[in-house]
Amino acid sequence: MSEANGTPERAGCALVTGGSRGIGAASARALAADGWPVAIVYRSSDEQANALVAEIEAAGGRALAIRADVSDPDAADAAFTAAEAELGPVLVLVNNAGIARDGLAPQIGDEDWDAVVATNLTAAFRLTRRALKPMLRARFGRVVNVASVVGLRANPGQANYAAAKAGLVGMTKTVAAEVARRNITVNAVAPGFIETDMTDGLLDAVTEHIPARRPGTPDEVAACIRFLASDEASYVTGATLVVDGGLSA
Amino acid sequence: MSTTVTPEQVESRVLDALVTFGADASVVSRDATWEQLEVDSLDLVELAQVVEDEYGVEITSQDMQSLPTVGSVIDLVVERAA
Repeated sequence: MSEANGTPERAGCALVTGGSRGIGAASARALAADGWPVAIVYRSSDEQANALVAEIEAAGGRALAIRADVSDPDAADAAFTAAEAELGPVLVLVNNAGIARDGLAPQIGDEDWDAVVATNLTAAFRLTRRALKPMLRARFGRVVNVASVVGLRANPGQANYAAAKAGLVGMTKTVAAEVARRNITVNAVAPGFIETDMTDGLLDAVTEHIPARRPGTPDEVAACIRFLASDEASYVTGATLVVDGGLSA
Repeated sequence: MSTTVTPEQVESRVLDALVTFGADASVVSRDATWEQLEVDSLDLVELAQVVEDEYGVEITSQDMQSLPTVGSVIDLVVERAA
């Protein structure tokens, strides 16, 4: 505990994909508050990413905004390398980037299927694979995959999204078992309806079905991600932590 | 990088890595098998990573399946780094 603000000095950094908005931005703030230098990987919103970096730095943290489409393998790898070069080895990876292309199954074209799987599942695997090698050598790592309750239970209109998120949960369990003996944990969170750009306009229709009678906030999901990335969560691995106000209970 | 790699350097680095993974230093040798060293599949992944980082030599999981001893890995690294 060497820093003036009482947070521990970290030997590496955290990398958050989809980090400029919503759950990703809240996670970046939370991890920065825990002392992690944070690489914020984002696809489109320069203004929000730069504002978040400024906010974290104003609070005494370190952050770096890296623009990349994680579904592009070369761009994702370059973003990862840039984070390592600037902030040190990536010891916490939050695979949060996600897109939705909703429709009933008969109307989901190949392009919409492939795009959702590429960003929500394949990109997460590639980044996890990339992160694990240095984590193995460091004998420490935390991977947190942002899945969804939609990966655990039905949600008509989201067959592609549900398949990708269910895939994330399966990947989480198996990779967790592979690397657990190296002090690397791999977990998932499964948010329900959270107030973000992605759910804008949808919440009024579903709130009455949520036992908590309200949508969640990005900060409430980020708190769980922060815990799973913490030293205190060292014996939690392969788990999926549902954060849904009781929706799937 | 590859022009400076000697068999002795590779052997020394590989043996050191195996001890770091928890293998008994008194048993680690060129002739030792992974079973004798109680080296598991994740250790071999990590050994491949060490070799790739330090000598630029890629060893796949398929390669590892046909490399039963410490010496066979060392020889492959030296060959590919040449």
